[in-house]
Parts: sequence; C-alpha cells; structure tokens
Amino acid sequence: MGKTLLDKVWDLHTVRELPNGQTQLFIGLHLVHEVTSPQAFQMLREKGLRVAYPGRTFATVDHIVPTDQQGRPFLDGLAEEMMVALERNCREFGVRFFDFASGEQGIVHVVGPEQGLTQPGLTVACGDSHTSTHGAFGAIAFGVGTTQIRDILATQTLALARPKVRRVRVSGNLAAGVYAKDVILAIVRTLGVNGGIGFAYEFAGDTIERMSMEERLTVCNMAIEGGARVGYINPDRTTVEFLKGRPYVPAGKDFDRAAAWWLSMGSDPDALFADNVNLNAAELEPQIAWGINPGQTVGVTERLPRPEDSRNGSRAGLEEAYRFTSFEPGQEVRQIPINVAFIGSCTNGRMSDLREAARVAKGRRVAGGVKAIVVPGSQKVQRQAEKEGLPEVFRAAGFEWRNAGCSMCLAMNPDKLKGREICASSSNRNFIGRQGSPTGRTLLMSPAMVAAAAIHGRVSDVREML
Amino acid sequence: MSLDSKIPSVQGRAVAVPGDDIDTDRIMPARYLRCVTFESIGQYTFQDERFDAVGKPKAHPFNDPRHRGASILVVNKNFGCGSSREHAPQGILRWGIRAIVGESFAEIFAGNCTAIGLPVVTAAAAAVRELAAFASVRPDEPVVLDLSAKTVRFGDRTVPVEMRESARTLFLEGTWDSAATLIGAMDRVRETAARLPYLAWSPGR
Repeated sequence: MGKTLLDKVWDLHTVRELPNGQTQLFIGLHLVHEVTSPQAFQMLREKGLRVAYPGRTFATVDHIVPTDQQGRPFLDGLAEEMMVALERNCREFGVRFFDFASGEQGIVHVVGPEQGLTQPGLTVACGDSHTSTHGAFGAIAFGVGTTQIRDILATQTLALARPKVRRVRVSGNLAAGVYAKDVILAIVRTLGVNGGIGFAYEFAGDTIERMSMEERLTVCNMAIEGGARVGYINPDRTTVEFLKGRPYVPAGKDFDRAAAWWLSMGSDPDALFADNVNLNAAELEPQIAWGINPGQTVGVTERLPRPEDSRNGSRAGLEEAYRFTSFEPGQEVRQIPINVAFIGSCTNGRMSDLREAARVAKGRRVAGGVKAIVVPGSQKVQRQAEKEGLPEVFRAAGFEWRNAGCSMCLAMNPDKLKGREICASSSNRNFIGRQGSPTGRTLLMSPAMVAAAAIHGRVSDVREML
Repeated sequence: MSLDSKIPSVQGRAVAVPGDDIDTDRIMPARYLRCVTFESIGQYTFQDERFDAVGKPKAHPFNDPRHRGASILVVNKNFGCGSSREHAPQGILRWGIRAIVGESFAEIFAGNCTAIGLPVVTAAAAAVRELAAFASVRPDEPVVLDLSAKTVRFGDRTVPVEMRESARTLFLEGTWDSAATLIGAMDRVRETAARLPYLAWSPGR
C-alpha cells in the first residue's frame, strides 16, 4: 500500500515516538514574526538555552508595520517595542531577519515561498495559523503557539499527534472571473469551519493541478479556516519551475537532485486516505463570505440564507451572524453596500492577485465615499508591481498604494475599520472585530471581486466587468 | 518535573460562555497582542464581548459577579478557532480558568492549552448543555473535572468526558511542559537532521 505525502514527510522527520503516543517531529523550516515570538525568546533566556539550529529559523516583520509612514521609531510605541524586541532577538540568537533594509521584508507567508525557503518534503512551522499556506509546495506546514515556538527554538522539534488525511478533489475549469479564492471559500462552505478538525487536507484534482503556485498558496492558506491545521498539494513540475533560481534553492546538479527528491515525496497513486471528498468547480461562481466566519458564504447571484436553511452552518450561528451584521435573511448579496475595500494579505497579496485587481480597476473609478487600499504582500511584490506600472493604474482609479504588511487583515497596525463600516476584503477572516472595529463588518472575496465592489460601492459580479 | 505539575483533577465553580465557533480574535482582540510578555493579558479576555465601544459593560458571563472566581469554563463547538495566538489561552488561564469543557476545540488552540497546563476536554452536546445550565442556575456550587476517571461531576450528576489520550497522560504524569522531554533527545534530533537530504543542499544551512 502506498503512502500519502503527509506520511512520507512525517516518517522522515520523526525523531522518536513519545511515551504518550505523540511524535517528536523535526521542523525543517521555522518562520518567525514579531507578534508570537518575543515571549518564546524570553523563555529561552530564562532557561539559559540557545537556538539549536539558528540556520533553520528565519524572521520577518509584518503584523504591526504601518503601511504608510514606516519611519522609526514607529508612531505606535507598543509596535516599536515589538520591533526592537525582534531585532534584538534575531541579533542575539543568530537568526536571519528579513527587515525593511533587506528589501525582502513582507508577510511571512509571502516571504518564505518567494525566497525559496519553503520547499516540498519539509515540515514547516510558524507561530501563525496561516502557516498552512506553505503546504502549496507539498510541505507539511502548520501554525503553533508561543510555547511551541520556544520548543522549536530550543530543539528544532515539536511534540505533535499525526493528523489523518482527507483528500479534497476539485475538478472542472474555472470560469473567467472565478479564482482560487472562490475555490477555497466553496470548500470551507461545503465542509464547514470545523469539518477539518483532526485532518490534514490534501487538495487534488485537475482544477488544483492547473493552478499556478500563487493560486495554490491561496487555497492552502485557508485550509485552517476549514478547521484543518494542515493543507497541502502534491509537488509537480509547476512547483519545481517556481522554485528554480530562488535565493535559498540549490543550483546546478544540486537542483536536479533536489527536484527529483521533491517529486518523489508526493502521495503514491495507491495511497489510502481516511476520507475523500469531491467538488465540481466548473459551475462555481464568485463567492462572498458575508457572515461572521468564512463558512457563511454565498455565491454572488445568491440571496443570504434563511436561518432555518441549514446549508450555511448551524441555525444559531446564522442567527448570531444576522444579529451582528444587521443584514437581512433573503436579501441579495449584491445589494450590500461597502465603505472600505482592502486588497492584500497572506491570502491574496501576491503579483497575480494585484494584476487581476488592476485589470478590473483600469480605466474605472472607485465609487464616492469608498476608501480603497492596495497592500502588496512583500517588498519584492511591491517592486515587481511598480515595475509593471500597477500603482499608477490603482491610483488613477482612486485606490491608495501602500507598503508591504498585513495591513487591514487583522488590526494590529494603523489600518483598521471604524464603527459599523463594511469592508470588501481579500483577506481570510470575517470574524467579529477582526478588522479592528468591534462592530465593523467584513465580506471576504477574491481581489478582483474587491476591486469590482470598490468601483460600484457595493458587492458586484466581477464577471460582468472583465 | 515536580509533583506540582500533575493535574489529575480540577475542582471549582463553572462559567459557561455559549456559542459555536468562538474564535481567538473574540477571546483576545488583536490590539492586545501588541506586547512582549503575557503578564498583564488576563484582564483583556473577551474584552470586546464584555464592553461596548464606550466601555460600558455588556451582559457577558465573565462580567457576571455570580461567576467571579470561577475556574472551569464551559463552551460549545470549535472553541478557539482561527488565529494561533497563545495570547487567547494565556488570557483565559490568567483570568483564573484552570480547565475547559466543551463540545469540540480547534486544534491549535487545544495544543496551546496543553502546552501551558490548561486541560481541555470534550463532552457530548447534551452533557455540555446540562453542565452549562447547572453553571448558570447554581453558580456557587462546585464542579469536579476528574481526568483520571474521565468524568465531570456537578450536583448529583456524573457525565463522561473525552480527552486525547496523549494529552491526558501528560496531565496525569505532570509532563505537559514539553521542553524538558524534547531536550532529552538532542542526540536523536541530530541523527534525524543528518538523514534529511535538504539540509545537505540548502544554501541556508
């Protein structure tokens, strides 16, 4: 019987089985950012420990960075304190830091792949739930907490239980105006926000195989929104081609050797899965998560569900969503007006996302009263976008063009909603209060759909604008 | 590991926070993550659920004086979903909670709880409903979560609870602080590293 990619990677990285049944697992790549790591470094200091494998931990700064005025010290004293702590920790413990001056700073889940740090066959951990993103390369990647960051820093290992694997096969050609974001929103909607507990999701099928690496990153990014701590895609030629020539990828003969090994790590054709799910993407329309979790999602031509219609999660959950949002059951999602449009985040802050949004924005104008911002996922993305003239396209349409960071995804920096504002957002979570206003509302959708909403001042069908 | 680390049971008064899919942003709003220690974070637990925009208290179990000093939290499905922020369980622990009973938990959250010595156990929906009702009607009476017997006792009721066996072992044996266990095998860690092909060819080594 064959093995899944998860089993191959897990077995290779197993240091030992622990007496309680967990695995002590070697972590091939550890990524660090400023929010969840300072306490972990402090725990090391208190225990008098060093970082065991400093060459396998890499840091960047993303959550707290202002996307407009980036001069130091930051205006927010708490943000400055966190930045200083990260600088000190990286210096003291010998960790490579992709800071502003490096020109490589950005959202941790954008930086890892673009540096070629994220590779097939690795275990990847980071104190951030969206670490599942890196599974796009055929890595087993997952979010951890701060005490576990301490464990990784001190030993390069973690104590973990092996998840089961559910294969999610997606088939069919995506229509124009339908994107990877719509695929993963549809998956979360179908399987539920807690359907993935205990599972790693293997995303497979012809739709996934045709996707670029950037699209695959979008899909795996939101595995965690379905409750699956790990989401991955088997490595193929697309993966290998993407990695070629990146800073942390071997060159020459070593590259060929690496590529052969990467491809050998995919799930075997006769691998057995704990569960199988099939989805048809051919009929998929643009999706909008309208409620208070990413499973409360409808297609752009649909009406918001009635609480007694349980296809959108539990009745109590829907009732809570309506109490919070003040939207009406049965109303068309396209009637919902917006105040803010946000394009960016670890889900959708890469070049292809910005290009698709710019295609929609080009020659049009943001509706009056709508604040629209575009935030590249990294300095590298920013430079490439500038080379392609995208900032001019966005500015001409009335969007603001910002510096790289997490920005309005999570309200740890100056980019926040105010009061009851409604935001069309290309990020990953529409949780209550997520975007910085305890009463603000978030509609999740693809970057092109955000651009369309910005231009019309309400949720719109981007397929009519391409 | 000292004897004090063993957590065979937790006894205390209970407080129920009802609702499915309560995410870690709701447990600990992001603005309170702007800190470099967890020390003062307990006071912000459920902050935006407990207070409105002008700081007026809302009706929330954590604001209810009848539940002051409660140490067992009762929740529903998929509690702690979303962000991996350990600030959420740290806040709950520093608020005074010593165990959580719920229908189900998000995985990263549950792992973080175990790592800081906060047991989380699951029970059937009906049992959780019963326990939550008991907590709100008889908030002064003790609840006993017995990890050895895998039960929770309240009033004259004893209902079964479930816990991942690997985590239960850690609490019963007092070995939930994983660092010591992991550090104990550094020679095996080096052997594992030596067989990883990518460490040999990685320019970042």
